[in-house]
Amino acid sequence: MATPGPIVVIGIGNDFRSDDGVGLYVARAIGALNLPGVTTIDGVADGSNLMTAWEDSRAVFIIDCALSGAEPGTIHTFDALTEEIPADIFPRFSTHAIDIPESIKLGRLLENLPPRLTVYAIEGENLAAGADCTYKVKMAAEKVVAMMRKAIETLPAESDNDC
Amino acid sequence: MKNRTIKVDYLARVEGEGGLFVKIKDNKVVDVKLNIFEPPRFFEAFLRGRHFTEVPDITARICGICPIAYQTSSVRAMENACGATVDGQLRALRRLIYCGEYIESHALHVYMLHAPDFLGCEDVLDIAKAHPDLVKKALRLKKIGNDLMVLLGGREIHPISMRVGGFYKVPTKAELQAMVEPLTWALDFALATVKFTSTLTFPDFEQDYEFVSLRHPDEYPLFDGRIVSSKGIDIAIDEYPQYFEEQHMAHSTSLHSVVKARGAYHVGPLARYSLNFDKLPEVAQKAAKKAGLKQTCNNPFKSIIVRAVETVFACHEALRIISEYKMPEKPFVEVTPRAAVGHGASEAPRGMLYHRYRIGADGLIQEARIVPPTSQNQRVIESDLSAYVNKNMKLSEEKLTWQCEQVVRNYDPCISCSCHFLKLHIDRQ
Repeated sequence: MATPGPIVVIGIGNDFRSDDGVGLYVARAIGALNLPGVTTIDGVADGSNLMTAWEDSRAVFIIDCALSGAEPGTIHTFDALTEEIPADIFPRFSTHAIDIPESIKLGRLLENLPPRLTVYAIEGENLAAGADCTYKVKMAAEKVVAMMRKAIETLPAESDNDC
Repeated sequence: MKNRTIKVDYLARVEGEGGLFVKIKDNKVVDVKLNIFEPPRFFEAFLRGRHFTEVPDITARICGICPIAYQTSSVRAMENACGATVDGQLRALRRLIYCGEYIESHALHVYMLHAPDFLGCEDVLDIAKAHPDLVKKALRLKKIGNDLMVLLGGREIHPISMRVGGFYKVPTKAELQAMVEPLTWALDFALATVKFTSTLTFPDFEQDYEFVSLRHPDEYPLFDGRIVSSKGIDIAIDEYPQYFEEQHMAHSTSLHSVVKARGAYHVGPLARYSLNFDKLPEVAQKAAKKAGLKQTCNNPFKSIIVRAVETVFACHEALRIISEYKMPEKPFVEVTPRAAVGHGASEAPRGMLYHRYRIGADGLIQEARIVPPTSQNQRVIESDLSAYVNKNMKLSEEKLTWQCEQVVRNYDPCISCSCHFLKLHIDRQ
């Protein structure tokens, strides 16, 4: 039997923009749990790198800060294989880099999506300069860590889901 | 219609936020403004009071695409201030990580940002629909550049291994050897990219630029040598402030740079290539000639071919460095601070990046000056726009607007860096 691919946890954001760093916070918290078969990536330079980051993986979790206008700390969860992620849910600071929804579309076109792809978007409150998340966002981050831990621990050993 | 305005509020496929405004009166361009409204980030101000050893980690934060350029120019300036020399394998490793940045940055611009313009596509998603294999290979090429940066720099964004004097940690021969196979593939695909880009259709548009870049006696320049220009400048890096100056323009949060004696100048792949063709490896020279390029290229639209040629160079150079690599005994040389001024320049993928620092005997930074490539190119971009619109006045509003955006994207502008930029607005009256 082939060795199952890794479970890849990708945190997106900027540590020095307060709540924008929540994706990195969650990815590092998952990394600290030392769960078997889990690779964590805290940050990618641009969205096109997501496709190479999730290559050969059996499940991928992406965590980023959302700015949709919902209550701070709201957790938006998407099964990216079956659901369309609204393009305007994430804060957009650059017209240069490819964002998460575009990367997933590109992955779909290139038939390069992992067998499981879950996106957690945590609604941010403050994206000003600062090295820490706000209280509500950090509480939500802890919930996402717990949700992800459960999801990872209940994943089947091998993918049974063809993309 | 004699008078019109072309306006692009937010330019797409550029790094950062900016816009473009072109005013046409009686079928003649009377005003062009590259509006850079991304807020300034005051790096030069908050570097003051920081320790000289902190510069690579702070300045890397200026750009997520070309952090190595910022790190390299900054450490070179500090080493210049302190009288330190970093040579041998440590210098070679700096060239190697810089090659990783060229591969990653050029692959991103050629395929994701610039190619859609020539293929009539909205974005890379459109290209992927028609040419999925090409995009897959482009992503693989980009990843190889990223992998090289991670191997030497410790991580993908804002690498952490470079320091004043060298590196915190250097790779083993075996670690570098693992990059040979992917880099060999990358070299082949870079050659295929030169061929692919040469088949694109280019507007007939050549300008009499003053090209400015570094030039090294023995190598294609990355971070040392002299500053030269196609109109006679040949100076040491520390003479930069005597020949160039930054000017504040009301419509831009990014300063404009000019040659004091003449005005606008052009930095980047076209400048580097045209001033250093003879220093490219034979494989890159041959590929360029086969693609129809001469030793000087004055057509900014053809920068897509030149970036592909430079990717050939970067892959070839990386393989050369790896084949000759011997792990140094110590990853850095000691650098002792002294009260002095230091200058550093390196060839970021988008063009020459100049840094100058004044430090005290305590090693604290008293003054910092950073001149990014995009701020140096702003004046020449406006000049290109004026010339291009004057020449193509009869084009439809939609086509002219699109081509004006393309004129800007020829420069792969990094607005975030320079604000320390894009919208298009054409006003016809």
